[in-house]
Amino acid sequence: MCLSVPGKVLEITEEDGFKIGRVEFSGITKKICLQYIPDIQVGEYALVHVGFAISKLDEKEAAKTLKLLAELGQVQNESEKGSSS
Amino acid sequence: MDEYRDGKLARNIVNEISRILTRNWVIMEVCGGQTHAIVKYGLDQLFPKQVELVHGPGCPVCVTPLALIDKALAIASRHDVIFCSFGDMMRVPGSVDDLLQIKAQGGDIRIVYSPLDALKIASENPDKKVVFFAVGFETTVPANAMAVWKAKEDSVRNFSMLVSHVLVPPAMTAILNSPENRVQGFLAAGHVCSVMGYWEYEPISADYRVPIVVSGFEPLDILEGILMVVRQLEQGKAEVENQYTRIVTRQGNTLAQEKILDVFDVCDRKWRGIGEIPRSGLRLKDEFKSFDAAKIFETKQIQTQESPLCISGEILQGLKKPDDCPAFGGQCTPENPLGTTMVSSEGTCAAFYQYGRHEFHGRTESR
Ligand code: SF4
Repeated sequence: MCLSVPGKVLEITEEDGFKIGRVEFSGITKKICLQYIPDIQVGEYALVHVGFAISKLDEKEAAKTLKLLAELGQVQNESEKGSSS
Repeated sequence: MDEYRDGKLARNIVNEISRILTRNWVIMEVCGGQTHAIVKYGLDQLFPKQVELVHGPGCPVCVTPLALIDKALAIASRHDVIFCSFGDMMRVPGSVDDLLQIKAQGGDIRIVYSPLDALKIASENPDKKVVFFAVGFETTVPANAMAVWKAKEDSVRNFSMLVSHVLVPPAMTAILNSPENRVQGFLAAGHVCSVMGYWEYEPISADYRVPIVVSGFEPLDILEGILMVVRQLEQGKAEVENQYTRIVTRQGNTLAQEKILDVFDVCDRKWRGIGEIPRSGLRLKDEFKSFDAAKIFETKQIQTQESPLCISGEILQGLKKPDDCPAFGGQCTPENPLGTTMVSSEGTCAAFYQYGRHEFHGRTESR
């Protein structure tokens, strides 16, 4: 039920008083209500749940998380080297 | 998204958990979506068995009270009603039948992707009463709040909602208050927090001295979340941390929170299999009572009947696992479910069954 997927905003329009985005999820596009993240721009990613964008994906933070995880491996390699010498 | 499934990075995290671990810890992932990912990718079997994962109550479908399911079924059977629901409610067993059976008997039941679709169906069918089954945690509430708000704005008179919204923090508190509780740290549900932020968890973490780490849903998110909890436990800390920084901020989505408060009031609520939890649910405010299907449709007090074999209540509280249920994989399967945790895609029994854990039935105890 909380299943939510990130999608890329391709186009932003207005419909029936709502800010609506055409959002792409790995090849499929859907109309999504953007009322809750009104400052999103075309080209940015939004987390979408039951037809509503509920959060904007922060790409800088995404990269940071992955970098930290990669560094974890380096630290481990270093400490292994350290202990075996 | 694939980068969050990288095997090498996953090994790094598992190695780090093993490296810092000095004793046994019990960690609960609250969200059923995370349970599903954990069982699917076998994450619980990757790290040392000193870390035990128990699966939490985060399956809204599972905790919707049987009496409310029966009420939904009674409304859905009416000839003047079009009943709209998300797909995962279709097979949830009521006392006698489920939505799918009502549909087979001629009920007009439609699966919708969004509550706005239900609202559209209402405008297209002015001679019918369109009822939307609003089930879900905080993640789903903003969408439903917007749909009711819009219905009122546009004076759509034939639209209503049967509301079964539940809130996560009170459920975590209830688990911690239980005398049988074993949980020492939590992975908080990232998508709930994308709406609500995580400030609500700070007093829980401080009062009960439990680490709470907001986590995402990809394998690496979950593994990193567990590492962060283990780190805190090993260092004797109890804080709220955020693993899911790409989606979640401390304050959450304030526009969504405002809309929730415009439309709903907090209320006490019964959780199926668990019982009543104070201030753990939402109900429509009085201004929206003409959109409240529970008030519009008087249904007779229905005699409810749970399966006597099913232990899903204990499973939802993390006290037992599906393997502990004698019916698991035998009398109870997704085709013939005895309890809700076997039906919903987020239910623990369904996750265990789908990924073949029933084949190990009776042998997993030693893990
Ligand atoms: S396996 Fe079936 S009967 Fe047993 S607890 Fe799970 S849902 Fe209930």
